[in-house]
Amino acid sequence: MHSNKKIAIINYGVGNLFSVKQACETFGMTGVITSSPEMIETCDAVILPGVGAFGSAMQSLEKNCLVPVIKKAAYSGKPFLGICLGMQLLLEKSHEFGLFDGLGIIKGEVIRFKQDKGPSQKMLRIPHIGWNRIEPPLNRTWNNSYLKTVPARSFMYFVHSYYAVPDDPDIILSNTIYGEQKFCSSFQYENILGCQFHPEKSGSIGLEIYKTLASELDSHGSI
Amino acid sequence: MTCRIIPRLDIKGPNLVKGIHLEGLRILGKPEAFAKHYYEQGADELIYMDIVASLYERNSLAELISTTAQKIFIPLTVGGGLRSIKDIETVLGAGADKVAINTAAIRNPDFIKEAAEKYGSSTIIVSIEAIKKSNGSYEAFTDNGREETGLDVFEWAKQAAALGAGEILITSVDREGTGFGFDLPLVKKMSESVSIPVIALGGGGSVEHIHEVITKGKADAVSIASLLHYDFIRNHDMLKADYSDEGNIDYLKSGKPFSNIQPLSMKEIKRFLINTDVACRPVEV
Repeated sequence: MHSNKKIAIINYGVGNLFSVKQACETFGMTGVITSSPEMIETCDAVILPGVGAFGSAMQSLEKNCLVPVIKKAAYSGKPFLGICLGMQLLLEKSHEFGLFDGLGIIKGEVIRFKQDKGPSQKMLRIPHIGWNRIEPPLNRTWNNSYLKTVPARSFMYFVHSYYAVPDDPDIILSNTIYGEQKFCSSFQYENILGCQFHPEKSGSIGLEIYKTLASELDSHGSI
Repeated sequence: MTCRIIPRLDIKGPNLVKGIHLEGLRILGKPEAFAKHYYEQGADELIYMDIVASLYERNSLAELISTTAQKIFIPLTVGGGLRSIKDIETVLGAGADKVAINTAAIRNPDFIKEAAEKYGSSTIIVSIEAIKKSNGSYEAFTDNGREETGLDVFEWAKQAAALGAGEILITSVDREGTGFGFDLPLVKKMSESVSIPVIALGGGGSVEHIHEVITKGKADAVSIASLLHYDFIRNHDMLKADYSDEGNIDYLKSGKPFSNIQPLSMKEIKRFLINTDVACRPVEV
């Protein structure tokens, strides 16, 4: 596959962007790690990665004047991927260390796992770190989505303490169960994919998402 | 939740090494080759531990991280001699996902807070080297078990978690490299002391040891070295690579197994765990 498409990987200070870039390049796309609004506008797709705290990430996006260009890209119809904290930032607000406004591109909020023991009396480890299954909600398939080549109930790699709760349950692509709590592990709204897991850290199954992105950019296709 | 199996690769300069009891360091091969093999075999994460960690070798470590991260799409933790935010930035920038800190955190606990605030708790693993005292308590050590700190490992772990550590890597110095099995009371008490995930290291010599540290020790993840390395070495010709002037390769040439350690592949470990109802990610086919 040689798409020669440019993918903007938004750099706002922290996180391992190297692997995201490598994952893009595995499928012939050029990953451009950038914090320049002009550069982001010229790219064919945008990835908003991120680890760390919600509030300081939003501050950093604002400081780097990235909020308008991110919104523009998300509404433009270009493929747009929010990964981990990058997914959470798409929501309206988060409860991490207080209450912070997000980008508000997706209606809903970001909340923390409940630590209290469930009926099984097993202490829940927070952060949720490791491999867990993603499952489509009842009556939903992954055809025509970014997950179209990912088998249902695949394992993906997670690292997080908070998760997104979109207002519209119909945008949920997958749920994951941690302890006794079920959460939205990915959603897709038109061109926008949000995933709580790290596709570039989830082995060959996770890379399928980058492969789908590459073929989507080549074909102006079916997602 | 699934239990993670994390190969640990001890790095000295460009080589994977292993300390062998009373014999010192031995070169086992090139870390990239081992890392790629473990990734393909279903490892859940990898740990690179820079065991000499002197300043002039830092650049070669960054290069090694980058060449590894180009091909390996699972999380990579890097530890060993990370002393400052700048050190952390260097290894994360090269392609590491998490860092393990020990000595610097003990000298200045606020370093954990500073690092967690900057990079997120989930990026910061606090590594604790435990040695059992004659009175039954466990004391935290630094510098591969050479320097005592006077800190109780469980109290120190609680403090580290409160300061923002995302995981605890607990090493039994007494057991490390022996193949006698993990220190189950140490791991179990650690798991009960903190609510962040606990990675157990030191002593794994068989698949049963791995099984019991998960089921009895309540470890969230298990880090292993020798048994995987030996399995890889016996199936590959490691002497083809060039080790000119890099150190002692007598061990490699000898073809001897490690004592007390059963060579095991990632696949065999995962298969055993799944067959004994331990939740783990199956090996991809």
